[in-house]
Amino acid sequence: MIDEEEIDLLLNDLFDLYGYDFTSYSRASLKRRIVRLCSLDKFPSFAELRYHVKTDPTYLKRFVEEITVNVTEMFRDPSFYKSLRDDILPIFGTKPFIRIWHAGCSTGEEVFSMAILLKEANLLKKSLLYATDLNPSVLDNVRRGIFPLTQMKQYSESYISSGGINDFSTYYTANYGQAKFDRELSEKIIISTHNLVSDSSFNEFDLIVCRNVLIYFDKDLQDRVLKLFDASLGTLGYLALGTKETLKFSAVQNKFKQLNKEKIWKKIA
Amino acid sequence: MEEDRLETSCQLLVIGGSAGSLDVLFKLLPRLKAGLTFPIVVILHRRNSVESFLAELLASKTVLPTREVDDKDPVVPGNIYLAPADYHLLIEKNRTFSLDYSEKVNFSRPSIDVTFESASEIYGKALVALILSGANEDGTQGMLCIQKRGGRTIAQKPESAQMPFMPQNAISRGAVNYILDIEQMSTFINELT
Ligand SMILES: C[S@@+](CC[C@H](N)C(=O)[O-])C[C@H]1O[C@@H](n2cnc3c(N)ncnc32)[C@H](O)[C@@H]1O
Repeated sequence: MIDEEEIDLLLNDLFDLYGYDFTSYSRASLKRRIVRLCSLDKFPSFAELRYHVKTDPTYLKRFVEEITVNVTEMFRDPSFYKSLRDDILPIFGTKPFIRIWHAGCSTGEEVFSMAILLKEANLLKKSLLYATDLNPSVLDNVRRGIFPLTQMKQYSESYISSGGINDFSTYYTANYGQAKFDRELSEKIIISTHNLVSDSSFNEFDLIVCRNVLIYFDKDLQDRVLKLFDASLGTLGYLALGTKETLKFSAVQNKFKQLNKEKIWKKIA
Repeated sequence: MEEDRLETSCQLLVIGGSAGSLDVLFKLLPRLKAGLTFPIVVILHRRNSVESFLAELLASKTVLPTREVDDKDPVVPGNIYLAPADYHLLIEKNRTFSLDYSEKVNFSRPSIDVTFESASEIYGKALVALILSGANEDGTQGMLCIQKRGGRTIAQKPESAQMPFMPQNAISRGAVNYILDIEQMSTFINELT
Protein backbone atom coordinates (compact mmCIF):
# COMPACT_ATOMS: atom_id res chain seq x y z
CA MET A 1 0.00 0.00 0.00
CA ILE A 2 1.09 3.52 -0.79
CA ASP A 3 0.57 6.17 1.84
CA GLU A 4 -0.40 9.79 1.48
CA GLU A 5 3.03 11.22 2.26
CA GLU A 6 4.60 9.20 -0.53
CA ILE A 7 2.07 10.52 -2.97
CA ASP A 8 2.75 14.06 -1.80
CA LEU A 9 6.47 13.54 -2.46
CA LEU A 10 5.79 12.29 -5.96
CA LEU A 11 3.44 15.18 -6.71
CA ASN A 12 6.04 17.64 -5.48
CA ASP A 13 8.65 16.10 -7.79
CA LEU A 14 6.30 16.40 -10.74
CA PHE A 15 5.71 20.04 -10.03
CA ASP A 16 9.30 21.02 -9.20
CA LEU A 17 10.88 19.16 -12.11
CA TYR A 18 8.27 19.42 -14.84
CA GLY A 19 5.69 22.00 -13.81
CA TYR A 20 2.83 19.48 -13.80
CA ASP A 21 0.56 20.28 -10.86
CA PHE A 22 -1.61 17.36 -9.78
CA THR A 23 -1.84 18.42 -6.15
CA SER A 24 -5.47 19.54 -6.46
CA TYR A 25 -6.70 16.45 -8.23
CA SER A 26 -9.24 14.21 -6.50
CA ARG A 27 -6.99 12.16 -4.27
CA ALA A 28 -9.01 8.94 -4.29
CA SER A 29 -8.90 8.62 -8.05
CA LEU A 30 -5.30 9.78 -8.38
CA LYS A 31 -4.17 7.27 -5.81
CA ARG A 32 -5.95 4.45 -7.61
CA ARG A 33 -4.26 5.41 -10.85
CA ILE A 34 -0.83 5.48 -9.23
CA VAL A 35 -1.31 2.11 -7.53
CA ARG A 36 -2.56 0.69 -10.82
CA LEU A 37 0.45 2.03 -12.73
CA CYS A 38 2.83 0.71 -10.13
CA SER A 39 1.48 -2.81 -10.63
CA LEU A 40 1.03 -2.46 -14.42
CA ASP A 41 4.68 -1.50 -14.84
CA LYS A 42 5.79 -3.99 -12.20
CA PHE A 43 7.71 -1.63 -9.95
CA PRO A 44 8.92 -3.50 -6.88
CA SER A 45 8.29 -0.43 -4.74
CA PHE A 46 6.79 3.00 -4.86
CA ALA A 47 10.27 4.48 -4.49
CA GLU A 48 11.22 2.80 -7.75
CA LEU A 49 8.30 4.41 -9.56
CA ARG A 50 9.23 7.76 -8.12
CA TYR A 51 12.83 7.34 -9.23
CA HIS A 52 11.74 6.56 -12.79
CA VAL A 53 9.45 9.56 -12.96
CA LYS A 54 12.28 11.78 -11.72
CA THR A 55 15.01 10.56 -14.01
CA ASP A 56 13.38 9.32 -17.19
CA PRO A 57 11.53 11.86 -19.35
CA THR A 58 10.02 9.16 -21.60
CA TYR A 59 8.63 7.50 -18.54
CA LEU A 60 7.23 10.83 -17.37
CA LYS A 61 5.20 10.94 -20.57
CA ARG A 62 3.77 7.51 -19.88
CA PHE A 63 3.10 8.43 -16.28
CA VAL A 64 1.04 11.49 -17.18
CA GLU A 65 -0.86 9.56 -19.83
CA GLU A 66 -1.68 6.76 -17.44
CA ILE A 67 -2.66 8.66 -14.33
CA THR A 68 -5.07 10.82 -16.28
CA VAL A 69 -8.12 8.93 -17.48
CA ASN A 70 -8.61 9.11 -21.24
CA VAL A 71 -11.67 6.94 -21.72
CA THR A 72 -14.19 8.58 -24.06
CA GLU A 73 -16.88 7.82 -26.66
CA MET A 74 -18.73 9.34 -29.60
CA PHE A 75 -22.22 10.61 -28.85
CA ARG A 76 -21.91 9.50 -25.25
CA ASP A 77 -25.20 10.38 -23.50
CA PRO A 78 -27.28 10.79 -26.67
CA SER A 79 -29.84 12.99 -24.91
CA PHE A 80 -27.11 15.56 -24.30
CA TYR A 81 -26.31 15.70 -28.00
CA LYS A 82 -29.99 15.85 -28.80
CA SER A 83 -30.31 18.92 -26.63
CA LEU A 84 -27.36 20.52 -28.44
CA ARG A 85 -29.14 19.85 -31.72
CA ASP A 86 -32.53 21.08 -30.63
CA ASP A 87 -31.80 23.84 -28.14
CA ILE A 88 -28.36 25.30 -28.81
CA LEU A 89 -27.41 24.99 -32.48
CA PRO A 90 -30.56 26.74 -33.76
CA ILE A 91 -29.58 29.77 -31.66
CA PHE A 92 -26.11 29.72 -33.21
CA GLY A 93 -27.67 29.90 -36.66
CA THR A 94 -27.86 33.68 -36.55
CA LYS A 95 -24.24 34.18 -35.53
CA PRO A 96 -21.68 35.09 -38.19
CA PHE A 97 -19.12 32.84 -36.58
CA ILE A 98 -19.14 30.04 -34.02
CA ARG A 99 -16.30 29.15 -31.66
CA ILE A 100 -16.49 26.02 -29.52
CA TRP A 101 -13.90 24.86 -26.99
CA HIS A 102 -13.61 21.19 -26.02
CA ALA A 103 -11.49 21.31 -22.86
CA GLY A 104 -10.06 17.91 -21.91
CA CYS A 105 -11.12 16.42 -25.25
CA SER A 106 -9.02 13.26 -24.87
CA THR A 107 -8.75 11.34 -28.17
CA GLY A 108 -11.38 13.50 -29.86
CA GLU A 109 -14.53 11.37 -30.10
CA GLU A 110 -16.56 14.18 -28.56
CA VAL A 111 -15.11 16.79 -30.95
CA PHE A 112 -15.95 14.74 -34.04
CA SER A 113 -19.46 14.16 -32.68
CA MET A 114 -19.87 17.93 -32.39
CA ALA A 115 -18.51 18.48 -35.90
CA ILE A 116 -21.12 16.05 -37.22
CA LEU A 117 -23.91 17.94 -35.42
CA LEU A 118 -22.66 21.23 -36.84
CA LYS A 119 -22.50 19.81 -40.32
CA GLU A 120 -26.05 18.50 -40.09
CA ALA A 121 -27.23 21.91 -38.88
CA ASN A 122 -25.42 23.54 -41.80
CA LEU A 123 -23.19 25.44 -39.41
CA LEU A 124 -19.87 23.66 -39.83
CA LYS A 125 -18.54 26.07 -42.45
CA LYS A 126 -18.69 29.02 -40.07
CA SER A 127 -17.49 27.09 -37.01
CA LEU A 128 -14.16 26.42 -35.38
CA LEU A 129 -13.72 23.69 -32.79
CA TYR A 130 -10.81 24.11 -30.41
CA ALA A 131 -9.73 20.74 -29.07
CA THR A 132 -7.40 20.89 -26.08
CA ASP A 133 -6.02 18.46 -23.56
CA LEU A 134 -3.13 18.25 -21.16
CA ASN A 135 -1.81 15.12 -22.90
CA PRO A 136 -0.01 15.66 -26.20
CA SER A 137 -0.40 11.99 -27.14
CA VAL A 138 -4.20 11.90 -27.09
CA LEU A 139 -4.16 14.98 -29.29
CA ASP A 140 -2.20 13.08 -31.96
CA ASN A 141 -5.25 10.91 -32.17
CA VAL A 142 -7.56 13.87 -32.68
CA ARG A 143 -5.26 15.03 -35.47
CA ARG A 144 -5.47 11.67 -37.25
CA GLY A 145 -9.24 11.43 -36.88
CA ILE A 146 -9.03 7.66 -36.89
CA PHE A 147 -11.05 5.48 -34.52
CA PRO A 148 -11.47 1.70 -34.18
CA LEU A 149 -14.02 0.30 -36.61
CA THR A 150 -15.26 -2.09 -33.91
CA GLN A 151 -16.74 0.89 -32.03
CA MET A 152 -18.80 2.15 -34.96
CA LYS A 153 -21.83 -0.01 -34.38
CA GLN A 154 -22.32 1.40 -30.91
CA TYR A 155 -21.48 4.96 -31.97
CA SER A 156 -23.96 4.67 -34.81
CA GLU A 157 -26.68 3.62 -32.36
CA SER A 158 -25.88 6.53 -30.06
CA TYR A 159 -25.82 8.87 -33.07
CA ILE A 160 -29.31 7.72 -34.04
CA SER A 161 -30.61 8.18 -30.47
CA SER A 162 -29.17 11.69 -30.50
CA GLY A 163 -31.53 12.49 -33.37
CA GLY A 164 -29.19 11.68 -36.26
CA ILE A 165 -30.99 10.63 -39.44
CA ASN A 166 -28.13 9.81 -41.78
CA ASP A 167 -26.29 6.58 -42.28
CA PHE A 168 -23.45 7.07 -39.78
CA SER A 169 -21.00 5.26 -42.05
CA THR A 170 -21.18 8.13 -44.56
CA TYR A 171 -18.97 10.13 -42.16
CA TYR A 172 -15.96 7.84 -42.39
CA THR A 173 -13.97 5.58 -44.65
CA ALA A 174 -13.35 2.09 -43.33
CA ASN A 175 -9.94 0.60 -43.85
CA TYR A 176 -8.01 -2.17 -42.10
CA GLY A 177 -10.22 -2.14 -39.06
CA GLN A 178 -10.05 1.64 -38.77
CA ALA A 179 -12.60 4.34 -39.41
CA LYS A 180 -11.06 7.51 -40.80
CA PHE A 181 -13.39 10.44 -40.40
CA ASP A 182 -13.93 12.91 -43.24
CA ARG A 183 -11.45 15.68 -43.79
CA GLU A 184 -14.38 18.09 -44.01
CA LEU A 185 -14.91 17.50 -40.26
CA SER A 186 -11.28 17.58 -39.15
CA GLU A 187 -10.51 20.71 -41.15
CA LYS A 188 -12.53 22.69 -38.65
CA ILE A 189 -10.73 21.34 -35.60
CA ILE A 190 -7.86 23.31 -34.08
CA ILE A 191 -5.69 21.23 -31.78
CA SER A 192 -3.49 22.40 -28.94
CA THR A 193 -2.22 21.31 -25.56
CA HIS A 194 -3.77 23.30 -22.73
CA ASN A 195 -3.48 22.57 -19.03
CA LEU A 196 -6.59 23.69 -17.16
CA VAL A 197 -4.60 23.90 -13.93
CA SER A 198 -1.95 26.33 -15.11
CA ASP A 199 -2.88 27.84 -18.50
CA SER A 200 -5.12 30.81 -18.91
CA SER A 201 -7.96 31.84 -21.17
CA PHE A 202 -6.98 32.00 -24.87
CA ASN A 203 -10.10 33.11 -26.70
CA GLU A 204 -13.76 33.94 -26.34
CA PHE A 205 -16.21 31.13 -27.05
CA ASP A 206 -19.89 30.62 -27.75
CA LEU A 207 -19.84 27.17 -26.20
CA ILE A 208 -17.40 25.42 -23.89
CA VAL A 209 -17.70 21.67 -23.53
CA CYS A 210 -15.82 20.13 -20.61
CA ARG A 211 -17.24 16.75 -19.74
CA ASN A 212 -15.86 14.26 -17.25
CA VAL A 213 -12.75 16.29 -16.57
CA LEU A 214 -13.83 18.23 -13.48
CA ILE A 215 -14.61 14.96 -11.67
CA TYR A 216 -10.85 14.46 -11.41
CA PHE A 217 -10.35 17.79 -9.63
CA ASP A 218 -11.03 18.73 -6.03
CA LYS A 219 -13.63 21.36 -5.22
CA ASP A 220 -11.17 24.28 -5.14
CA LEU A 221 -9.63 23.43 -8.47
CA GLN A 222 -13.09 22.93 -9.94
CA ASP A 223 -13.95 26.46 -8.85
CA ARG A 224 -10.79 27.86 -10.39
CA VAL A 225 -11.43 26.12 -13.69
CA LEU A 226 -15.07 27.21 -13.74
CA LYS A 227 -13.91 30.80 -13.32
CA LEU A 228 -11.58 30.29 -16.26
CA PHE A 229 -14.53 29.06 -18.32
CA ASP A 230 -16.64 31.99 -17.19
CA ALA A 231 -13.89 34.36 -18.34
CA SER A 232 -13.64 32.54 -21.68
CA LEU A 233 -17.33 32.70 -22.57
CA GLY A 234 -18.90 35.48 -24.56
CA THR A 235 -22.10 37.08 -23.31
CA LEU A 236 -24.89 34.54 -23.51
CA GLY A 237 -22.38 31.76 -24.14
CA TYR A 238 -23.04 28.19 -23.05
CA LEU A 239 -21.17 25.80 -20.80
CA ALA A 240 -21.68 22.02 -20.99
CA LEU A 241 -20.47 19.60 -18.30
CA GLY A 242 -20.66 15.83 -17.79
CA THR A 243 -23.90 14.19 -16.66
CA LYS A 244 -22.82 14.00 -13.03
CA GLU A 245 -21.06 17.35 -12.80
CA THR A 246 -22.71 20.54 -11.63
CA LEU A 247 -22.32 24.29 -11.22
CA LYS A 248 -24.45 24.12 -8.10
CA PHE A 249 -22.52 25.27 -5.04
CA SER A 250 -19.69 26.55 -7.28
CA ALA A 251 -18.19 30.03 -7.26
CA VAL A 252 -19.89 30.96 -10.54
CA GLN A 253 -23.33 29.44 -10.01
CA ASN A 254 -25.08 32.81 -9.92
CA LYS A 255 -23.73 33.81 -13.29
CA PHE A 256 -25.30 30.86 -15.05
CA LYS A 257 -28.72 29.41 -15.59
CA GLN A 258 -29.28 25.74 -16.31
CA LEU A 259 -31.09 25.27 -19.60
CA ASN A 260 -32.97 22.02 -19.07
CA LYS A 261 -32.38 18.57 -17.63
CA GLU A 262 -29.10 18.21 -19.49
CA LYS A 263 -25.95 19.65 -17.95
CA ILE A 264 -25.93 22.75 -20.13
CA TRP A 265 -25.82 26.24 -18.62
CA LYS A 266 -26.33 29.62 -20.20
CA LYS A 267 -24.22 32.55 -19.07
CA ILE A 268 -26.56 35.27 -17.86
CA ALA A 269 -24.26 37.73 -16.10
CA MET B 1 -11.48 -9.94 18.27
CA GLU B 2 -15.20 -10.56 17.85
CA GLU B 3 -15.98 -8.36 20.79
CA ASP B 4 -13.92 -5.55 19.36
CA ARG B 5 -15.94 -5.84 16.24
CA LEU B 6 -19.22 -5.57 18.05
CA GLU B 7 -18.16 -2.45 19.80
CA THR B 8 -17.02 -0.60 16.71
CA SER B 9 -19.53 1.90 15.48
CA CYS B 10 -20.68 1.82 11.89
CA GLN B 11 -19.97 4.99 9.94
CA LEU B 12 -20.84 3.68 6.52
CA LEU B 13 -22.68 0.71 5.04
CA VAL B 14 -21.78 -0.23 1.47
CA ILE B 15 -24.01 -2.61 -0.46
CA GLY B 16 -22.98 -4.27 -3.73
CA GLY B 17 -25.26 -6.22 -6.00
CA SER B 18 -25.57 -7.54 -9.50
CA ALA B 19 -28.09 -9.76 -11.30
CA GLY B 20 -31.00 -10.58 -9.00
CA SER B 21 -30.09 -8.00 -6.36
CA LEU B 22 -32.75 -5.44 -7.16
CA ASP B 23 -35.45 -7.73 -5.78
CA VAL B 24 -33.47 -8.09 -2.57
CA LEU B 25 -33.26 -4.33 -2.19
CA PHE B 26 -36.98 -4.00 -2.84
CA LYS B 27 -37.55 -6.28 0.13
CA LEU B 28 -34.76 -4.97 2.32
CA LEU B 29 -35.17 -1.20 1.97
CA PRO B 30 -38.75 -1.00 3.27
CA ARG B 31 -37.60 -2.74 6.47
CA LEU B 32 -34.92 -0.20 7.27
CA LYS B 33 -35.90 2.19 10.01
CA ALA B 34 -35.88 5.96 9.70
CA GLY B 35 -32.99 7.91 11.15
CA LEU B 36 -30.16 5.45 10.69
CA THR B 37 -27.02 7.02 12.11
CA PHE B 38 -24.84 6.15 9.12
CA PRO B 39 -25.09 6.60 5.34
CA ILE B 40 -25.69 3.72 2.92
CA VAL B 41 -23.97 3.53 -0.47
CA VAL B 42 -25.43 1.17 -3.05
CA ILE B 43 -23.40 -0.10 -6.01
CA LEU B 44 -25.46 -1.96 -8.57
CA HIS B 45 -24.44 -3.37 -11.91
CA ARG B 46 -27.00 -2.25 -14.39
CA ARG B 47 -27.56 -2.29 -18.07
CA ASN B 48 -26.73 1.13 -19.47
CA SER B 49 -29.43 3.79 -19.36
CA VAL B 50 -32.26 1.23 -19.34
CA GLU B 51 -32.60 1.66 -15.61
CA SER B 52 -32.19 5.40 -15.43
CA PHE B 53 -35.05 5.70 -12.98
CA LEU B 54 -33.46 3.30 -10.56
CA ALA B 55 -32.85 5.96 -7.89
CA GLU B 56 -36.50 7.02 -7.97
CA LEU B 57 -37.54 3.39 -7.86
CA LEU B 58 -35.38 2.68 -4.81
CA ALA B 59 -36.49 5.92 -3.17
CA SER B 60 -40.09 4.77 -3.40
CA LYS B 61 -39.25 1.76 -1.24
CA THR B 62 -37.76 3.50 1.78
CA VAL B 63 -38.29 6.29 4.28
CA LEU B 64 -34.61 7.19 4.02
CA PRO B 65 -33.76 9.99 1.55
CA THR B 66 -32.39 8.25 -1.53
CA ARG B 67 -30.63 9.65 -4.57
CA GLU B 68 -28.08 9.08 -7.25
CA VAL B 69 -24.69 10.63 -6.47
CA ASP B 70 -23.39 13.77 -8.17
CA ASP B 71 -19.66 14.43 -8.20
CA LYS B 72 -18.35 15.87 -4.89
CA ASP B 73 -21.62 15.34 -3.00
CA PRO B 74 -20.97 15.05 0.74
CA VAL B 75 -21.58 11.65 2.37
CA VAL B 76 -24.25 12.43 4.97
CA PRO B 77 -25.57 10.00 7.63
CA GLY B 78 -29.13 8.80 7.24
CA ASN B 79 -29.08 8.97 3.45
CA ILE B 80 -28.99 6.28 0.80
CA TYR B 81 -26.72 6.99 -2.17
CA LEU B 82 -26.83 5.12 -5.46
CA ALA B 83 -23.74 4.95 -7.69
CA PRO B 84 -24.59 6.47 -11.09
CA ALA B 85 -24.48 4.24 -14.18
CA ASP B 86 -21.18 4.11 -16.01
CA TYR B 87 -18.97 5.76 -13.37
CA HIS B 88 -16.85 4.27 -10.63
CA LEU B 89 -17.71 5.76 -7.26
CA LEU B 90 -14.90 6.74 -4.87
CA ILE B 91 -14.84 8.39 -1.46
CA GLU B 92 -12.42 11.15 -0.47
CA LYS B 93 -10.81 11.74 2.91
CA ASN B 94 -13.07 14.72 3.53
CA ARG B 95 -16.04 12.36 3.07
CA THR B 96 -17.23 13.53 -0.26
CA PHE B 97 -17.84 11.39 -3.32
CA SER B 98 -15.66 11.48 -6.42
CA LEU B 99 -16.73 9.93 -9.69
CA ASP B 100 -14.28 8.26 -12.01
CA TYR B 101 -14.77 7.30 -15.64
CA SER B 102 -11.78 4.97 -15.89
CA GLU B 103 -11.59 1.45 -17.35
CA LYS B 104 -14.13 -1.13 -16.28
CA VAL B 105 -13.12 -3.45 -13.44
CA ASN B 106 -14.52 -7.01 -13.44
CA PHE B 107 -16.30 -6.00 -16.67
CA SER B 108 -18.21 -3.48 -14.59
CA ARG B 109 -18.53 0.26 -14.15
CA PRO B 110 -19.46 1.01 -11.44
CA SER B 111 -17.38 -1.77 -9.93
CA ILE B 112 -18.21 -2.97 -6.44
CA ASP B 113 -14.54 -3.72 -5.69
CA VAL B 114 -13.53 -0.18 -6.56
CA THR B 115 -15.99 1.42 -4.14
CA PHE B 116 -15.43 -1.16 -1.40
CA GLU B 117 -11.67 -0.62 -1.51
CA SER B 118 -11.97 3.14 -1.63
CA ALA B 119 -14.46 3.19 1.26
CA SER B 120 -12.31 0.88 3.38
CA GLU B 121 -9.37 3.21 2.99
CA ILE B 122 -11.39 6.06 4.45
CA TYR B 123 -13.60 4.25 6.99
CA GLY B 124 -11.37 1.35 8.08
CA LYS B 125 -13.04 -0.71 10.78
CA ALA B 126 -16.07 1.58 10.89
CA LEU B 127 -17.15 0.16 7.53
CA VAL B 128 -19.76 -2.54 7.04
CA ALA B 129 -20.17 -4.18 3.62
CA LEU B 130 -22.95 -6.32 2.22
CA ILE B 131 -22.75 -8.38 -0.97
CA LEU B 132 -25.94 -9.52 -2.67
CA SER B 133 -27.02 -11.76 -5.52
CA GLY B 134 -25.00 -11.75 -8.73
CA ALA B 135 -23.24 -13.78 -11.38
CA ASN B 136 -19.94 -11.93 -11.21
CA GLU B 137 -16.81 -12.00 -9.04
CA ASP B 138 -17.03 -8.32 -8.31
CA GLY B 139 -17.02 -7.45 -4.60
CA THR B 140 -14.88 -10.30 -3.26
CA GLN B 141 -11.59 -8.44 -3.56
CA GLY B 142 -13.15 -5.40 -1.94
CA MET B 143 -14.49 -7.45 0.96
CA LEU B 144 -11.08 -9.00 1.58
CA CYS B 145 -9.65 -5.51 1.70
CA ILE B 146 -12.36 -4.34 4.13
CA GLN B 147 -11.72 -7.31 6.42
CA LYS B 148 -8.00 -6.63 6.42
CA ARG B 149 -8.69 -3.15 7.72
CA GLY B 150 -11.01 -4.49 10.41
CA GLY B 151 -14.36 -3.75 8.81
CA ARG B 152 -17.26 -6.20 8.89
CA THR B 153 -18.53 -8.09 5.85
CA ILE B 154 -21.86 -9.73 5.18
CA ALA B 155 -22.98 -11.96 2.31
CA GLN B 156 -26.52 -12.70 1.30
CA LYS B 157 -27.21 -16.34 2.09
CA PRO B 158 -26.51 -17.98 -1.29
CA GLU B 159 -29.59 -20.24 -1.06
CA SER B 160 -31.73 -17.12 -0.83
CA ALA B 161 -30.10 -15.45 -3.84
CA GLN B 162 -31.43 -15.58 -7.39
CA MET B 163 -27.79 -15.71 -8.52
CA PRO B 164 -25.77 -17.32 -5.71
CA PHE B 165 -22.40 -17.01 -7.44
CA MET B 166 -21.41 -13.57 -6.17
CA PRO B 167 -22.08 -14.07 -2.45
CA GLN B 168 -20.79 -17.67 -2.68
CA ASN B 169 -17.55 -16.51 -4.27
CA ALA B 170 -16.95 -14.07 -1.43
CA ILE B 171 -17.73 -16.77 1.13
CA SER B 172 -15.45 -19.35 -0.53
CA ARG B 173 -12.59 -16.88 -0.62
CA GLY B 174 -12.96 -16.30 3.09
CA ALA B 175 -14.07 -12.71 2.73
CA VAL B 176 -17.25 -12.95 4.79
CA ASN B 177 -18.00 -12.56 8.53
CA TYR B 178 -21.78 -13.04 8.46
CA ILE B 179 -24.07 -14.96 6.12
CA LEU B 180 -27.62 -13.66 6.38
CA ASP B 181 -30.98 -13.91 4.65
CA ILE B 182 -33.03 -10.80 3.91
CA GLU B 183 -34.90 -10.86 7.22
CA GLN B 184 -31.65 -11.17 9.20
CA MET B 185 -29.99 -8.46 7.12
CA SER B 186 -32.63 -5.92 8.02
CA THR B 187 -32.35 -6.75 11.72
CA PHE B 188 -28.56 -6.53 11.54
CA ILE B 189 -28.62 -3.16 9.78
CA ASN B 190 -31.31 -1.66 12.01
CA GLU B 191 -29.23 -2.58 15.05
CA LEU B 192 -26.04 -1.00 13.76
CA THR B 193 -25.12 2.26 15.42
C1 LIG C 1 -12.31 10.99 -19.08
S1 LIG C 1 -11.55 12.06 -20.27
C2 LIG C 1 -12.97 12.94 -20.85
C3 LIG C 1 -13.09 12.91 -22.35
C4 LIG C 1 -14.35 13.50 -22.91
N1 LIG C 1 -14.49 14.91 -22.56
C5 LIG C 1 -15.57 12.71 -22.49
O1 LIG C 1 -16.34 13.14 -21.62
O2 LIG C 1 -15.79 11.62 -23.04
C6 LIG C 1 -10.64 13.23 -19.26
C7 LIG C 1 -9.62 14.04 -20.04
O3 LIG C 1 -9.20 15.16 -19.25
C8 LIG C 1 -7.84 15.40 -19.49
N2 LIG C 1 -7.26 16.21 -18.43
C9 LIG C 1 -6.96 15.84 -17.17
N3 LIG C 1 -6.39 16.86 -16.48
C10 LIG C 1 -6.37 17.92 -17.33
C11 LIG C 1 -5.89 19.25 -17.22
N4 LIG C 1 -5.34 19.70 -16.09
N5 LIG C 1 -6.00 20.06 -18.29
C12 LIG C 1 -6.56 19.61 -19.45
N6 LIG C 1 -7.02 18.36 -19.62
C13 LIG C 1 -6.92 17.52 -18.57
C14 LIG C 1 -7.25 14.01 -19.59
O4 LIG C 1 -6.00 14.01 -20.27
C15 LIG C 1 -8.37 13.25 -20.35
O5 LIG C 1 -8.12 13.24 -21.73
